[in-house]
This record gives sequence, structure tokens and C-alpha cells, in this order.
Amino acid sequence: MELLEKILSLRFEIAAFLLFGIGFIHLLVEKNLIKKIIAFNVMDSSVFLFLASQGYIAGRAAPIITDGITDAARYINPVPAGLVLTGIVVSVSISAFFLALTQRFYHRYHTVDFDEIMILAQEKDVD
Amino acid sequence: MLPFYHNIPFFCIFLCMIGGIIMPLHKNGRHALRMTEVICFVVCALFAALCLFLTHLGECFSYQMGHFPAPWGNELFVGPMDAMLCALFALVLGLSLLGGTNGMQSDILPQKQTFYCTMMCMTLASLLALTTTNDLFTGYVFMEISTLAACAIVMARDTGPMIAATIRYLILSLLGSGLFLIALAMLYCITGHLLMPQLLQHVLRLHESGVYHVPLTVICGLMALGLGIKSSMFPFYAWLPPAHGGATTGASAVLSGLVLKGYLVFLIRIFYRVFSLPVVHSLHVTDVLLVFGIAGMLAGSVMALREGHSKRMLAYSSVAQIGYIFMGLGLGTDAGVMAAVFQILAHAVTKPLLFLCVGRLSELRHHEKRFDRLRGAAHEDKLAGIGFTVGALSMVGIPLLTGFTAKLFFADASMGGRGRMWAVLLALALSSVLNACYYIPALLALWAKPEGRKPGASLPSSRGFTAAAAVLTACVVLLGTASIPLVRIIQWELSML
Amino acid sequence: MKKLHWDSFADWVNGTTPEPECPPLPELPKKRKPRRTRPQDPAHRIRIFSRLYRVIALAVCLCVVSVLLYTLFQLPLFGAPDNPAVNEVSRRYVEQGLSETGAVNMVTGMILDYRAFDTFGESSVLFLAVACVMMLLLRDQNNTTPADIRQLQRERAAEPSCCDPILQKVVAVVFPCILLFGIYVVLNGHLSPGGGFAGGAMMGAGLILYSAAYGMDAASRFFSQKHFRILTTSALLCYALSKAYSFFTGANDLPSCISLGCPGAIFSSGLILVLNICVGLIVACTMYGFYILFTKGEF
Repeated sequence: MELLEKILSLRFEIAAFLLFGIGFIHLLVEKNLIKKIIAFNVMDSSVFLFLASQGYIAGRAAPIITDGITDAARYINPVPAGLVLTGIVVSVSISAFFLALTQRFYHRYHTVDFDEIMILAQEKDVD
Repeated sequence: MLPFYHNIPFFCIFLCMIGGIIMPLHKNGRHALRMTEVICFVVCALFAALCLFLTHLGECFSYQMGHFPAPWGNELFVGPMDAMLCALFALVLGLSLLGGTNGMQSDILPQKQTFYCTMMCMTLASLLALTTTNDLFTGYVFMEISTLAACAIVMARDTGPMIAATIRYLILSLLGSGLFLIALAMLYCITGHLLMPQLLQHVLRLHESGVYHVPLTVICGLMALGLGIKSSMFPFYAWLPPAHGGATTGASAVLSGLVLKGYLVFLIRIFYRVFSLPVVHSLHVTDVLLVFGIAGMLAGSVMALREGHSKRMLAYSSVAQIGYIFMGLGLGTDAGVMAAVFQILAHAVTKPLLFLCVGRLSELRHHEKRFDRLRGAAHEDKLAGIGFTVGALSMVGIPLLTGFTAKLFFADASMGGRGRMWAVLLALALSSVLNACYYIPALLALWAKPEGRKPGASLPSSRGFTAAAAVLTACVVLLGTASIPLVRIIQWELSML
Repeated sequence: MKKLHWDSFADWVNGTTPEPECPPLPELPKKRKPRRTRPQDPAHRIRIFSRLYRVIALAVCLCVVSVLLYTLFQLPLFGAPDNPAVNEVSRRYVEQGLSETGAVNMVTGMILDYRAFDTFGESSVLFLAVACVMMLLLRDQNNTTPADIRQLQRERAAEPSCCDPILQKVVAVVFPCILLFGIYVVLNGHLSPGGGFAGGAMMGAGLILYSAAYGMDAASRFFSQKHFRILTTSALLCYALSKAYSFFTGANDLPSCISLGCPGAIFSSGLILVLNICVGLIVACTMYGFYILFTKGEF
């Protein structure tokens, strides 16, 4: 019963880590490059979910000062929010770069299947 | 008012970043390249001066980035060892660009060369920031900058296989960053800090009290794993040879010599300034690193032995050399880490020298890269031949050259480690023999008599390459013979951290 | 192994390697290694490798996830007010942020003033990404064939006629609103939720919508590649220089000539407003730049 309560209270973190695993495995084994990019986004978002859940404090408001009250006991922790914001921008940038690579790939080999591309790349020009 | 030299790291990082930002405005790739080189050499000179100041005064300092002190604002932390590493990184980057000028102009389209220079500036900025930061999250952001810039300089040579190599590189790098970020999040969750001195206090307290023992182990392991993946630790090295072996000459030199080292220096900083070495040792993370390091030393050499493509062989050799560094970290003693830092220095000068020389020789042979096509090429450019010989002999471990000195320090560090001593000594001996097995045939092939061969393209001798190869060769010899002052600096700072 | 092949090795060094025993397979002439012959088909090898790789990857993934989940149960509880993460750092951000940075939105105050170096790095990542994408997708002889250019010209010629009048009318109404709202969010970044990143993304989306409705040419009339480069670079440069000024004065304890103003007003909180505008411009340009580069490869 105690364990169940703990699981219930940790539901966000558990979901985050499960999503992390899903993203991780698909980033590695998925053949389709577009799916790899989606997997990467799932993986990164799961870390953001974890981070955001670390900032939450039950019953407190978002860290935007209202009515001039600057009491720390009224607002949640702003640090994870800032870290998540930075992380999101990094992840957007990398997704764009990855997509551009994929587009070039498709243009050259007319497929987004990475295994197939590796075979082609090995056969066509070695250097 | 601070002493003026405290501003040098901040100034250099901003110089590189601003340089990188304005680089795409250049019309001409050649001008951009010149400007990048000037930035590199200015940064090198400033950090060398800083290193001298700090050694002379016996001082480490932290520099507050902004108006707010430590636990609230970002900080840099610099000691003489960090300044020395930064100076060397900047010097080698500048020389690699100088030596790889011809390669850049033949491999990269003219309108894309300015972007290539942007990436080089950003690589240098990220290396400087990773070496000097006092804040874990800043480290993560600059790791990502380094990843993006490194991927871009791999794919600057715009062929299909290079794009495949970039994708593999990117995937594994992303995995590494993901693991690092999740470890960072958990560390924040149990300590509430992101700056290294505060983290160290909390980690020591938590370690003593025994709460959060498992999370600490997992966090330390994940950080080592994440940075290990990014710096091609043993089981995760598959991405490295295609990426480093196929990029344009200057890019290969920078990637193999420097980019991998940035992550390793950051890992060493984490070990010392976040966890402290005794804690890392008692969490048994070092044992795992030792095993992976030794495995990497041998596996990299065996793979290099099977490789006939000159640049890919050098790339596999990098895997082996990174294995040395992880072995040094795995010893878990100050002496071991000192040897690892020295190996970082040694490899940062030797591998770019080898890449530049091979690049030059293959240019003389119509861009043929396999050793059987390069037979006798050393006679066509004696300096490149001599540079390759010095570099290769240093890798094998011939006395007076830097590789030998590094191996000596590793052997020295393993003494007194009881069971580890034999493992390390055996690995060193075996790896030296394996290194000889692939470098000596390569040397023999390069210096073979060029009978009955048509002369290669008669390229004009390149002044940039001549200067770069001469300076790097001198560095290899100097680091090998006059290592004592550098070692003193490293030992002093490691004892201070 | 070396000893056994000594003779062939010596021949190889001397440059008199005999022809390999089996004739080279036609489909892989370059795959031949000088010291070893590999009769296997590379495709077959890769297939075996990838199967092995899948199994190993799955095992590693399961390990990592189970270790993470196990660790999770030892971490502090979710949402508890006495977690280690709630300490003097976050307390100062909340309690003194208003008087020290002038920002009502604590997150903005934190990322643009307390921890501004990280955020500068993050904007550089965005800049690097757009530079990488330009490196890959700007049209050049490596990624464009004459057929592509002909196709592009055909599309361009057909563009004005195939534009949808309904879409155009709607966009004519919606586009100014989106742009205005984006500007509002950027300018109020220190007072309300949002900021440079959110507002910039909105403005970028507005630009994308405009160019989708009226065609690329209409959009590139007021936003060419030259504008793009100059705007992105100067916004980032402005960011870098103002941050460099603030870091330098902060570290050297020099008096800074930037006043924080009256908290809550638009023109307050010192550099944060300028930084938000810079970030907004960078993000808007980047989003629009990605769209243009991915669809067309040129401005």
C-alpha cells in the first residue's frame, strides 16, 4: 500500500523515465530517420518533464509576482523552468539540424532508411 | 577592482563567440580563415600569459559572470592548468586551420567556407568554456554548442558518406547529452545547486551521511557515461572513425585532437570540483572507467591494425589514445589524473600533426588516402614525411617524444595500486606493441623507394602547412623532453582543486 | 599472425604485392584491403551488425531505465515544500529578484540576469543551428541538379495563380494581429508570461503564414537573405555586447550606468528589455529562416 502511494506520488517522474527509455531505444534502433528525430524529441521532452516536476511545489503559484508579494512561500521554484527553457531551445535547434541532414540525405539517396543508406554509402564511394 | 588578468578568460570566450557570429558576414572564405587564425593566436597568447601569471603568483581564481555572486550567478574558475590547456587548444586549433588551408579550399564550397570558420570559432569558444566553467549547466549548454559545431565541421565536406557519418555522430552525441542532462537534473534535485563549489559541499555532506547513496552513484556514472559516449569511450566508439577519418584535413585534426578533449577536461573538472576524487573512487565509477579504458586501448589498436585507409587508421588510433586517458582517470589517484591530463596535452599536439601530414601527402597523390597508394609519398614532401615520422614514433612510445613521456607517467601512476599495477603495465606494453604494429608499416610504406611511380601532382609548397608542421613537431619534441614545468603546474592545480 | 604473413608483408612494404588470389568482385572494387581480403558482402555484414546492435541497444536501454526507476524511489518526494531543491538560491530569485533585476516574471529575471551566460550560450546554439542548416540547404552545386532548378522555376511561375484567395484574405486580417501579439509578448517579457523566445516564435509563425499565403517572392521582397543575415547577426551581436558590458562591470565591480527603472513599467528592468527584443528577433528570423531553407533552399 505504501509502495502504491509512493508510485502514485511519483507518477510524473516515472512517466518521464519511461518516456526517456522509449525515446532512447527508438533513437538507437529505428531505421527511419524521421522516426529517429521524433524519438529524440520524446527523449528530450521526458527530461524536461522530469525537470519541470522537480520545480513544482504543491499549492503554490507560478513565479510571476502578483500584487507585489515577494514571499518565497507563495511561488514555485523558478530554476527548473529556466533550465527547461534553455533545454527546449537546444532541442529545437538540434531537431532542425537533424531534419536538414535528413533532407539532404533524401535528396541524395531517395530514401530515409538509415541502414539502407549506410549500405549505399559504403558501396558508392568509400572515401 | 580585480587584477586585469582575471578578465582574460571572459574576454577570450567572448572574442571567439563574437568572432563566430560575425564570420558569415565575410564575403570571402580566405579572409574569414585568416581572421579565425588571428583570433586563435590572440587567445593562445593571452592564455599563455595568464598561465605564466598564475604559475608565478600561485593562484587560482573564480570570475563572477555578472552582478551576482556564486550560488546565484554563473562563474568561471581558472587555474594555471586550465589556462595552459586553453592556450594549447587555441594554438593547435590555429595551426590545424593553417595547415589545413589547402584541404579546406579543395573540399569545401567557397560560399560555405565562412560557415566553416564560424564553426571553428564556436568550437574554440566551447572548448574554452568547458575548460573554465564553474557551473554545470553552462557546461551542458557549451557541450551542445560543441556538438553542433563538430557535426557541422564533419559535414562541411559535403559528400553522401560524410552525411551518413554526421548522422551517426549526431545520434550518439545526442544520447550522451540526454544521459548527461538527466544526471544533471537528478543532481539538482538532491542538492538544489548548479555551481560546482556548492555542489561539492553538498555531495560531500550527502556522501558522509549516506543518504542518497544510490542516486549519487547513478548520477556520477551517468555523467561519466554521457561524456564518455561523446568522447568515444570504448564500447561507443563506432561513430568516430567514419566522422574523423572522412572530414577535411583541418577538421579531422581539430576533431581528433581537441573536440574529444574538451569533454574529457570537463569530466575531470566534474570529478574534482563536483564529486571530489575520493568520492568518485568510493562510488566505484573509476573501476568501470579503468576497464573500459584498457579495453579501448586494445580494441582501438586492433581495429587500426586492420585498417588500410590512412585517416581512418589515425581515427582508430585516437580511440586507443582516449582509452589511455580513461585508464588514467580509472586509477582514481592524483598521479593517474595527472598522467591523463598530460596525455590530453600530448595527444592534442601529436594527432593533429599526424592528420595534417597525411592530408598533405594525400594531396600530393591526387587525394588518394590508402597507404598502398601513398607508398613513397614522403619523398615528395620531406617535411610532411618527417612530421608523420615524429608523430608516429611518439605514438609508439620512442623516448624523447611526448608519447613516451605520457606512457612513463601512466606507468608511474600505476605503481602502488596493487592489483591494478599489473593490469596497467601489461596494457601499456601490449598497446605499445600494437601501436608499433600499425605505425611502423605505415612509416615504411611512406618512406619506401618510389620506383617506377609517376610523380604526383606538383603542388607548390604551402607556407601555412610548413609553419604548422614545424611548430607541432617542435611541440611534440618539447613536450617530451621538457615536461617537468608542465607537470609541476598540473600537479599543483590538482592538489589545489 | 604477422609472422605467418611476413613474406607478403615484406612484398607489400616493397611495393611488389602480388595480385590477390581471387579476382576482385565486380560490385565492390574499392573495398579490398591491402593486407586482408574480405570475401563477405558488405551489405550482409551490415545486416548482421545491425541485428546485433539492436539486441545490445535494447539491453542497454532496459538497464538504464530500470536503474533510473530504481533511483527514482530514493529521490525526494514530488511537490514537497522542504525538498533540497527549494533552498537559498530559489528563495533569493523570488524574494529579491524584483528589486535586483526589476523583472516581475521571475523566470525571465533568472535566465536573463542571474544566469545570463547560459542564455547567451543558448542563443548561440540557435544561431549555430541556422548556420548549420544554411550550410546544408542553401542551394549550391552539391545539393541541386539542373532538374531541381527547372522544377523550382516552374513552381515559381505557377505560384501567383495558384494562391488561394480565401487564405489570402484571412491572412490579411490575421497576420498583423499575430505580429502585434508577438511584439507584445516580447516587450512584456519581464512583466508577464512569455518573453523573447515565445514572442519570437509567434512572429516567426506569422511570417511563415504570410509567405505561405502570398508566395515566397512576396515575402522575400521585404525579407531577403541579406536582411536575414544582417538582422540575425546584429541582434546576436547586440546581445553579446550588452551582456559583455554587464558581465565586465559586474565582475570588476564597476558602476553600471543602466538603471532598473520602476518595476512593472514597460521601460524597466534595465538590459532585460533589450535582451528580450534581441532574442525575439533572433528567434523570429531563425524560425522563418528554417522554413524558407527547408522549402526552397534560398531566400
